[in-house]
Amino acid sequence: MSNPVTATNGAQFSGIATVADVGLQGMITLRGDLSSKPLAAAVKAATGTEVPAQGTILVVEGGAAAWMSPDELLLLVPYEQAVAKTAELTKALKGEHALAANVSDARSFFQITGDGAREVLAKISPVDLSPEAFVAGDFRRSRTAQVAAAFWLQDDGSFRVVCFRSVGAYMFGLLSTAAHPQSAVGVY
Amino acid sequence: MLILECPYCGVKAEETELAAGGEAHLKRFGPGSDDNDFHDYLFMRENPKGVHFERWRHANGCGKWFHAARCTTTLEVFGTYAAQTYEPPQEIKDKITAKRPGWSWREFSDASE
Ligand SMILES: [Zn+2]
Repeated sequence: MSNPVTATNGAQFSGIATVADVGLQGMITLRGDLSSKPLAAAVKAATGTEVPAQGTILVVEGGAAAWMSPDELLLLVPYEQAVAKTAELTKALKGEHALAANVSDARSFFQITGDGAREVLAKISPVDLSPEAFVAGDFRRSRTAQVAAAFWLQDDGSFRVVCFRSVGAYMFGLLSTAAHPQSAVGVY
Repeated sequence: MLILECPYCGVKAEETELAAGGEAHLKRFGPGSDDNDFHDYLFMRENPKGVHFERWRHANGCGKWFHAARCTTTLEVFGTYAAQTYEPPQEIKDKITAKRPGWSWREFSDASE
């Protein structure tokens, strides 16, 4: 068997915030009618959460569901269960106009923790990240410097960032640069 | 800098999160059409000083296409609306009329005239 590793293999950097490769994360792209009952039931079975509202993520122990577009969710599940859960979703959504795809190995996943977390992300993204505008549970797809990314704020004040695996090393370098110890701006 | 609200996400997207898609509401003339119609479809575009209708894509976001009505002189945005329409919705036309009475663009115009 192959030994799966992430693009940046556990890399970590500490400055005004701590940037870390979160490790392998099961991710399933689910497209379909988000108002459909069978879809809601399938999402619940796979992740333990309801279908999230526009622009938000619902996180529970061992699973999460994020709103990607009016017809797309990103489901987070344990890495080892991604293949099985994708198959379960496909089975549960038979007859629905829907598609589930395991994209776990196509993505990189980082976390930004510490007091400077908000600032690190704000430096590289054209999103209003002020504490009033971006609160825990908010989920946003946008741009971080030159690459597309999605990110959200956890209840504990840390951010999670998802991007394509092909730009995983770029993302780690970018976040580390934005978190440089002498780079505090002090807006938040 | 241009900020457009994506009608699908409700996100106020900044220009770098978007991809410009050119003029809105073009009628396609394909194979079998008149040469002049085909020529106009390919090459003839509006270049207004004022009210304009455009297609945009929320590229660094939901990925969907949408429409925007804005003023090329002041960069004022009158509104954004879904891609699934052949013409601007009445609500958008009314907003433009309120700000630019007597406006016209291709076959669309201030309906109150
Ligand atoms: Zn959008």
